[in-house]
Amino acid sequence: MPQSESELAARVALADKVAVAAALNLIEDRRPQSRPRIDALLHALSGARASGLDHRVGLTGPPGVGKSTLTAALAREYRARGKTVGVLAVDPSSLRSGGALLGDRARMAFDPQDDGLFVRSLATAGDTGGLSSAANAGVEVLAVAYDRVLVETTGVGQTETDVEHVVDTVCLVIQPGSGDVLQFIKAGIMEIPDVIVVNKGDHGKLAQRAAADLRGALERLRSAGMGGEPAVWNLPVLVTSARDRDGIDALVDTFEAHLAAVSGEAQLARRTHGRVAWAISLFTRRFGEHGVATLGGREALHEKAEGALAQGLTPVGAAESLGALYLAAIKAG
Amino acid sequence: MRTYAGHSTAAASNELYRTNLKKGQTGLSVAFDLPTQTGYDPDHPLSLGEVGKVGVPVSHIGDMRALFAGLPLDQMNTSLTINATAPWLLALYIAAAEEQGVDRKLLQGTTQNDLVKEYLSRGTYIFPPAASLKLTADVIAYTVNEVPKWNPTNVCSYHLQEAGATPVQELAYALSTAIAVLDAVQKGGQVAPSEIAKVVGRISFFVNAGMRFIEETCKMRAFTELWDRITKERYGVAEESFRRFRYGVQVNSLGLTEQQPENNILRIVMEMLGVTLSKDARARAVQLPAWNEALGLPRPWDQQWSLRAQQILAFESDLLEYDDLFAGSRVIEAKVAEMVDAAMREIKDIEARGGVIEAVESGYLKQRLVESNAARLRAIESGDQIVVGVNKFKETAQCPLTKDLDAAILTVDPKVEGQAVQAIKLWRAERDDQAVKAALAKLRATVEQGGNIMPPSIEAARAGVTTGEWGGALRDVLGEYRAPTGVSGARLDQPSGASSKESLEALRKRITELTQELGRRPKILVGKPGLDGHSNGAEQIALKARDVGFEVVYEGIRVTPEQIVASAIEEGVHLIGISILSGSHLSLVPQIVQTLRDKGLGHVPVVVGGIIPEADARTLEKAGVARVYTPKDFALSNIMGELVDLVAERARAHAAK
Repeated sequence: MPQSESELAARVALADKVAVAAALNLIEDRRPQSRPRIDALLHALSGARASGLDHRVGLTGPPGVGKSTLTAALAREYRARGKTVGVLAVDPSSLRSGGALLGDRARMAFDPQDDGLFVRSLATAGDTGGLSSAANAGVEVLAVAYDRVLVETTGVGQTETDVEHVVDTVCLVIQPGSGDVLQFIKAGIMEIPDVIVVNKGDHGKLAQRAAADLRGALERLRSAGMGGEPAVWNLPVLVTSARDRDGIDALVDTFEAHLAAVSGEAQLARRTHGRVAWAISLFTRRFGEHGVATLGGREALHEKAEGALAQGLTPVGAAESLGALYLAAIKAG
Repeated sequence: MRTYAGHSTAAASNELYRTNLKKGQTGLSVAFDLPTQTGYDPDHPLSLGEVGKVGVPVSHIGDMRALFAGLPLDQMNTSLTINATAPWLLALYIAAAEEQGVDRKLLQGTTQNDLVKEYLSRGTYIFPPAASLKLTADVIAYTVNEVPKWNPTNVCSYHLQEAGATPVQELAYALSTAIAVLDAVQKGGQVAPSEIAKVVGRISFFVNAGMRFIEETCKMRAFTELWDRITKERYGVAEESFRRFRYGVQVNSLGLTEQQPENNILRIVMEMLGVTLSKDARARAVQLPAWNEALGLPRPWDQQWSLRAQQILAFESDLLEYDDLFAGSRVIEAKVAEMVDAAMREIKDIEARGGVIEAVESGYLKQRLVESNAARLRAIESGDQIVVGVNKFKETAQCPLTKDLDAAILTVDPKVEGQAVQAIKLWRAERDDQAVKAALAKLRATVEQGGNIMPPSIEAARAGVTTGEWGGALRDVLGEYRAPTGVSGARLDQPSGASSKESLEALRKRITELTQELGRRPKILVGKPGLDGHSNGAEQIALKARDVGFEVVYEGIRVTPEQIVASAIEEGVHLIGISILSGSHLSLVPQIVQTLRDKGLGHVPVVVGGIIPEADARTLEKAGVARVYTPKDFALSNIMGELVDLVAERARAHAAK
């Protein structure tokens, strides 16, 4: 049934599942002729619900640590607390065939009558690393419809389109005895997560020791002047067992506490920063490094994108206007 | 000799058992329906269409009483094919026997009680793997002294081969399962160390035998050798009789074909040779499938034909007059040694991964099976593996045996389900509520505290607790498990032959073009509704669809029609594929189609695959199903091509509106 984007946005705000799905279908549409409709939808969505009510949490970590089971357990806990939940499970599997198996739903037992839970898988096959523009937009759609948005993905701190730009709270999930943390510390990206979870706590002592080691390592980083801003938020390390549903309520408490600690100005700044990154990534995907150079380098591009967003453009619209600037510069040059 | 039987109601099955015993059958083998196997009562929403279908529903002691009415349980040898709810059905059996005045120490029989193969192949698991292992260990610890003639577990490699396992995988995974069970019993502390040898002696196996019958002979010799070694070295069992590899066989169903089905009787005979030729590794019991299994439920005559094959081998041939035919054969011994070494390596690898339970939870084992099965199907499609009548020698005269098959296939009266729903309501209304509540509270407390499940289950059985209530109480405490599907990590198709490579590339190109037309990649949902857990077909379709370039959402087994429709909406899919093998397609599929229409998604095409008789296929098409696929559609590439066409057609028609 053909309908305007503003009608669609209004139905999304009412958490009408068919409308939410239709909005997600639209934002996944990569045809150039669909861009104006996506822009119109995002514009309509931004006015559809008072900002600041929703909370976006990203769960990231290496494959096999139990993120899907943890996401399912968190969704259940939020529902038990009366919060509605939208889940975006981003599948990074990039295959030569372009095909993808989106397996996450298999781990989630859910009640089909529950209007307060929505799960969507999104394949990023074909994109070079990070989240796709569709994932960015997907979070915007779900955030209008649901109180809490969970984004499940792999990869953190590698490109400007990673999960930290899409969510308010980044939760790094690792498993005991994996040595993943060492890799993150070495890579110097320990400031990115807001919460660290050692999952598979059913491994008992191994999990507790991993958590203790991690807390020690973070303490040493902090005393060396690295590892985040302890004045605002002291990076907590939790142990969960998604399988046995242990530690899930404490994790949700921690997410809520983080939301309270960073809400207001800080949250707004973070979201704005994320939207800038989104607009820039859309632009660079189309026009590449040549586009960046033509518009005066990274910093200048960043300022221009900020300006466009400040005028009320959506990231998609901002990318379009940056594109227009680039094409004008090419013509003039 | 016995036949695996049970259907409709406890009373009808009782009559069947009495008839079979009169014909000279020596034991009973009870088939339970899927709700009973998965811990639901007949009035649970997931039981829809499944009550009394693949076996008998047993919901409480009243049903158990009726099932064995007039059959003296101290004289019966009863095999219960039951797994997740094995402790409960054994409790009902013990309670029913005691009502007959039979001491439980006299009871003889078997509970299948092997959960690992349920996670990997058969799908009737309920609880997480570690919790399941504890329940299995409880049954073993209880029976070793309380029901000493009972075989508490029957480790199954049968279903692993049906899921695609190679002989080495079958050896390694089954033996790793037995190791996990024995380790759990040993560590659980419920059995005295001096009694472990006795426990080892009560473990039996259920094995598969396929068409490569020389290799299968070697596999059985390898099993015997490995089990002897493991029980001696790992568990220090001195008594040779306790170390004997005791096994029964059901020969392979996977290789039976829908095309020229009369050839299957020849396959069945050869498969039987693999487990009988070698005296040192001969099966204690052999069950043969019917020649027409790939077409629908076999009739009594069809089963008789298989029984006759066995009798002719045993009584007309001279096989049983000789000692082992292969002792000293260099060819056989070299092959056995090779398999023993390879299986040992795999067993050690599983141990290094933390044991079989960890390897189930991580999805490792399932993924290996899915890959093996995919390789098998690819070899058949490309012609590298010849299947007579399927990919070679396809010309055939009309088979007189299949002329009236549609009319002759057995079906269960649809009224059975409604009657069972009424009956369970009546049962609940008439029993002592206080006693039920107390029994359930005690059951729950025992599970929470980690005590042995058997004593409170027997008390609950006496109090009139139902199968669904027992399952529900344990689900509450232990949680419900959804096993890894094994498909998301499986390796991408690398076709060998030039022509199959070409067809794969052609399909990928068409999907890329369709992606440009649709604006996003075509996405399909593979759904497995109902309680049927045989997921091989669904997995292979999901895998192939991914390989040709679809985005695929596969949710695993045991979902309701409502869940499938909800997922289809949320995921924005272009097509829904449904797989059903339990025979409940006529109840479940039209419901999915109707719910889709109600939600305004009538334009999303639905296709169905499974063991679906011709007449049912027409009914489904009338109900709005776009395509019906059966086992004879073995060329997955052709199916994929049709799915691409279907998505394109429907999307264009919908866009034009």
